[in-house]
Amino acid sequence: MPDLALEGLVHVYREGGVRAVDGVDLHIGAGERVAIIGQNGSGKSTLVRHLNGLLRPTTGRVLVDGVDAAGRTVAQLARSVGLVFQDPDRQIFAGSVRTEVEFGPRNLGLRGDELRSSVEWALAAVGLESDAKTNPYDLGASRRKLLALASVLAMRTAVLVLDEPTTGQDELGVQRVRSVIDDAHGQGRTVIAISHDMRFVAEGFERVVVMHSGRVVLEGAPERVFRRDAWDQLASTFLEPPLPAVIGDRMGLESTPTDAMLIRALSRELG
Amino acid sequence: MLTLEGVSYRYAGATRASLRDVSLTLRDGEVLGVVGRSEAGKSTLCLVVSGLAPRTLGGTLSGRLLIDGRDAAGRAMHDMASDVAIGFQNPGTQLSGVATTVYEEVAFGPMNLGIGRDQVLRRTESSIDALAIRVLVDRDPDRLSGGQQQLVAIAGLLALAPRHLILDEPTAQLDPAGTRLVSDAIRRLAAGGASILIVEQKVDLLAGVCDRVMALDEGRVTLEGQAESVLANPALHALGVAEPSPTRLRRLATEAGVAARTIEVALSRAATEAADA
Repeated sequence: MPDLALEGLVHVYREGGVRAVDGVDLHIGAGERVAIIGQNGSGKSTLVRHLNGLLRPTTGRVLVDGVDAAGRTVAQLARSVGLVFQDPDRQIFAGSVRTEVEFGPRNLGLRGDELRSSVEWALAAVGLESDAKTNPYDLGASRRKLLALASVLAMRTAVLVLDEPTTGQDELGVQRVRSVIDDAHGQGRTVIAISHDMRFVAEGFERVVVMHSGRVVLEGAPERVFRRDAWDQLASTFLEPPLPAVIGDRMGLESTPTDAMLIRALSRELG
Repeated sequence: MLTLEGVSYRYAGATRASLRDVSLTLRDGEVLGVVGRSEAGKSTLCLVVSGLAPRTLGGTLSGRLLIDGRDAAGRAMHDMASDVAIGFQNPGTQLSGVATTVYEEVAFGPMNLGIGRDQVLRRTESSIDALAIRVLVDRDPDRLSGGQQQLVAIAGLLALAPRHLILDEPTAQLDPAGTRLVSDAIRRLAAGGASILIVEQKVDLLAGVCDRVMALDEGRVTLEGQAESVLANPALHALGVAEPSPTRLRRLATEAGVAARTIEVALSRAATEAADA
C-alpha cells in the first residue's frame, strides 16, 4: 500500500494564470482517512488531481510510495490512485451501467471471473446491482454519482480519492458512501475525500486538512480542527464547526465534533 | 403565485409517471421546500413548474399549471421563461456557455429581458455583491471550481429579479458561507414578493428559509404543511429524508438516556450562539 507525499506543490493554471495551489506540503500515510475542507475555490480539487497525474505540478513534487509521479503516466498512476470526480457526467460515457463499471478494471487487464466479480462487488457496494443493464443517463443524478464511484471502486486501487462524494445524495446515499469508505479503510486502503459536509467529515475521517487560497492552513484530528480555539481560523476561511462542536462548547465540554462524542460527553458529565 | 392542479407527468419513452396527481399552491412571498429520497420526482417537479416539461423535454402532462392564476397550457417556453426562472442542479448546465467572464455571465440573463442598460448593470452589480463573487468577475466561468460556478449561476438567476424562482439543490456544492449567502438571498427575494420553490437535501437549510415544506415519494405528495412541523415529523425519516440536526440530537440524547432538559438547554445555548454570530 503506497503512501503519498506532496512537496512544495504549486499549480498555476496556464489559462487565466490562477495560482490554485500555492505551496502545499502534505504527507498521507497508507491506510489513512483524510478529509480536505475549504472554501469554494480554495484549491481542493486542483490539489487532488495531482495525485493521479491528471494535473502536473507547476513546481514541487508528488511522490507516490516515494517515487516521483512525474516519471509515471496517468495510466500507471491510475493503478494505485482512483479518482472520482465531483460531477459524474465528466466521467460517465458508456451505454450501460455494467460497461461503465467494467471499463476501469478491463484497462487494468482483468478478464473473466476476476473482472465479473470486481464489477459485481463494486455495483453492490453502491446499491446498483439491479441496474447493471440500465443506461447511465436513465439514472437520476444521485445514482449517476454512485455509478461514477462504483466504476472507480471496481479498480480496487490502494488509494481512493473522492471529490465531494455526498453532494446530491439523500440519506441512504450518504450512508452508502460512508460504508464504501469504511470498507475501503477496513481493507487497509487510503481514502482522501473533499467535502463541505462537516458532519460527514467529523464522523468519518481521522484527519482533516483545511485549505485556504491554495494553502493548507490547519490540519489534525476532527477534535483538533473543530476545537474552540480553531474557530476563528475556520471562520477566516469561511468554514464553521459542526453543530455538536458548537453545542459542546456552550455546555463547557471538551471538543465534541460528532453527535456521538457530544451525547457521550453530555451523559457522562450531566446525566 | 404558482399553482399545480392534479398534475401527472411521464417522460418521453418512460413506462411510468414521475409525478402523480401533484397539487400545490405557492403564494407570492412564500418559500416552499421540497424533500424526498433520490428519484422521488423532485427534479421533475422543478422541470414541470418551470414549464420545461413538457415544452422542451417532451413527455406527457396531465392536470394544470397556473402562473398567477393564468393557465400556462399553450404558452411558449420563451414566454414562460420571463415569468419563471429555474436553477438547475448542475451549474454547468446553467451557465450560458457564451459569456467569457463571470460579469458577462451574470449580466447575460437581464440583458435578454429587454430592460434598460442601467437596470441591467444595477442588477448585475447587486447580484455579484449578494453572493460575494466580486473577486471572480474577470474570470472565465468555464474555469471556476464547481462551487464557484454554482454561486455564479445563482447570481445570474438573482439578476433576473424573477417573480417565481425554482431552485434544484442550489447549495449542493457550496461551502457553509456560500450556503448562508444563498439562503439570505432567497429570504430577501421572498420578502420582495417572489414565490420560491426549493429542492434541497440540506434539511437544516430548509428549516431556516422555508415557510412550508412538501415531501414527495414515488412522484406523489406524501406530506405537506408548515415547515417546522413537516421537518419534525418522524414519518419524514421513513421517506429517506434526513432529520434536521436538532431533531436528530434530541433522538440520540433520548436513546442514550440523557435528560430531556439537558439537551434542550444545550440546543438553546447553541441557537443563541448562532444568533450572535
